[in-house]
Amino acid sequence: MADLAQATQQRAARTRWLLLAPALVILLIAASGPLLITLVYSFLTPGDYGGVEWQFSVDAWFNVVMQRDIFDDTLGFSDAHLSIFARSVKLSLMTTVLCLFFGFPTAYFIATRPKKQRDLWMLLIIIPFWTNLLIRTFAVVELVRNEGTVNTLLLWLGVIDAPIQMLYTEFSILVGMVYVYLPLMVLPLYAAMERLDFSLVEAAYDLYATRFQVLRRVIVPLVKPGVVAGSILVFVPSLGAYVTPRVMGGGNQLMIGNLIELQFGQGRNWPLGAALSITLLGIVMLALLLYVRAAGSEEPHRG
Amino acid sequence: MTKTLATTAMFLALAAPAFAEGELNLYNWGNYTSPEMIEKFEKETGIKVTITDYDSNDTALAKIKAGGHGFDIVVPSGTYVPIFIDEGLLMESKPNEMENFSNMDPQWVDVEFDPGRNYTVPWQWGTVGVTVNTSVYDGDIDTSAVIFDPPEELKGKINVTPEMNDLMGLAIHYVGGEQCTADKEVLKKVRDMLQAAKPSWISMDYGMIEKYAAGDVAAGSNWNGASMRARAKNADISFGYPQEGYPVWMDNAAILADATNVEEAKTFLNFIMAPENAAMLSSFARYANGIAGSEEFMPEDMKTAPEIVVPAELKGAAYVARTCPPEATKLYTAIWTELQK
Repeated sequence: MADLAQATQQRAARTRWLLLAPALVILLIAASGPLLITLVYSFLTPGDYGGVEWQFSVDAWFNVVMQRDIFDDTLGFSDAHLSIFARSVKLSLMTTVLCLFFGFPTAYFIATRPKKQRDLWMLLIIIPFWTNLLIRTFAVVELVRNEGTVNTLLLWLGVIDAPIQMLYTEFSILVGMVYVYLPLMVLPLYAAMERLDFSLVEAAYDLYATRFQVLRRVIVPLVKPGVVAGSILVFVPSLGAYVTPRVMGGGNQLMIGNLIELQFGQGRNWPLGAALSITLLGIVMLALLLYVRAAGSEEPHRG
Repeated sequence: MTKTLATTAMFLALAAPAFAEGELNLYNWGNYTSPEMIEKFEKETGIKVTITDYDSNDTALAKIKAGGHGFDIVVPSGTYVPIFIDEGLLMESKPNEMENFSNMDPQWVDVEFDPGRNYTVPWQWGTVGVTVNTSVYDGDIDTSAVIFDPPEELKGKINVTPEMNDLMGLAIHYVGGEQCTADKEVLKKVRDMLQAAKPSWISMDYGMIEKYAAGDVAAGSNWNGASMRARAKNADISFGYPQEGYPVWMDNAAILADATNVEEAKTFLNFIMAPENAAMLSSFARYANGIAGSEEFMPEDMKTAPEIVVPAELKGAAYVARTCPPEATKLYTAIWTELQK
């Protein structure tokens, strides 16, 4: 009798794996295949006009952070690459913080509306998602350019007497990225806040907690998983952003994504592009690990 | 049964025109193909044309090299044609045996990048110079100093087209060298000069016609036709020919080696060599076209445009852009990356 039950269970397990197999195989090929090609390419020699030559070389990896001066052949850190990495990390962190700053009150506002209204508010957050990323970015360009809406309005009001140069600066990249990635912060925050038991907030007030104390001691710890999820969802794509810095940065405020594209285009150095891509992947994984550890260490505290 | 038949009939009715009349996938620079000319081509031949844009020769080269693109025709600059041919990306379609070949201006037949025209047909040709909004700066603009050592009025309002070969050519001539040089003495001067100029530039981007017209940028390196189109929207826009030296380029249509619609593509190449059709290209993109006899079909304002008619004293400063050898390109790329960071 026990044997029969075990056999049935085994069969069920086997069926489950068989049914899952097609999806798993596709996932394995689609996820690791391109990554493997990228890894192999990063150890090859660049072709004269793009592409790769099948000759082993570690030059690409060397060139990620180091470079040989073309004039006096001295070895030094690759100033260009390092400053682009630094800019990418800095802008992504700032984007994450600003998204949190704007996203948190937004999500809180929505979560505290009557149940019927919430769907409408969420719809308003999601609608921009239905629009192409490029179009949303160009809409921001229209706002911040010299003859754009903001400058025209400020000039008309007499606040300024010459347009402020906002487009093609780090500021405009930041505005663009915050606008584009904000929904990715609001959605998980809202999901966490919707589950929040507001009787706990009331209890805190009953116990004479100030508004700030309620926020810090009750709400924030309870929605922390949402904060972490939202931050990851914003930080990771920000780091690899391509379109927004391309359009808002005017081609001389590169981020990692643009630097990688440059290697596959005008730079004609595919191995370097591949090595940079894997470096980007490494930075993202490092960031994720830090997040996971930060989130994990707080766990007992909550319990 | 009836239902199947009906469905099949409907499918055939829908699909038939596409099969019967053919299609053509054109891969070209953005904002460069006259919609009127395409409409005329479609009407005359029944071939449906799909256009896909690119913004630089390198983008086109990389995408075509990668394969699986599905394009039939590409329009690389003369400096890239030898690369496309060497890499085996172009089909030897023999435009020189086509019916309309006799229309090609003889000076564009035996070109260095495709002697005798076995692969390519002229699309447009023009110059790279400087565009200046004269309401911002009204000094001498026939010099590369506009972008490399800009006057106070223009600082922070300059866009440099990120076309490496054109820009390196302008820069090398500005410091007194020759195009494609690998002389490190000269290149060091170029590097230092560019690094010093960069803080005066606000952007390094393509597609600036609207931004010049709206006054978002006041000066920059530019193609003559793009400058002319900006002037059509804003009369203050002028084009200067740098006396230190400026490149002359030609973009050329060619059939790709792995094109699927070869006959349609050949029909198209022959079509754009007809003076009337070449003139339509020019009146849209605002460049000259290399087809003799097309002038009479061109709008009056193009025959006298300062962007098309080079002043006699500046004709000597022009040089025909060549494909630089890989060792020079490697040095240029290093300088260029440093500049774009």
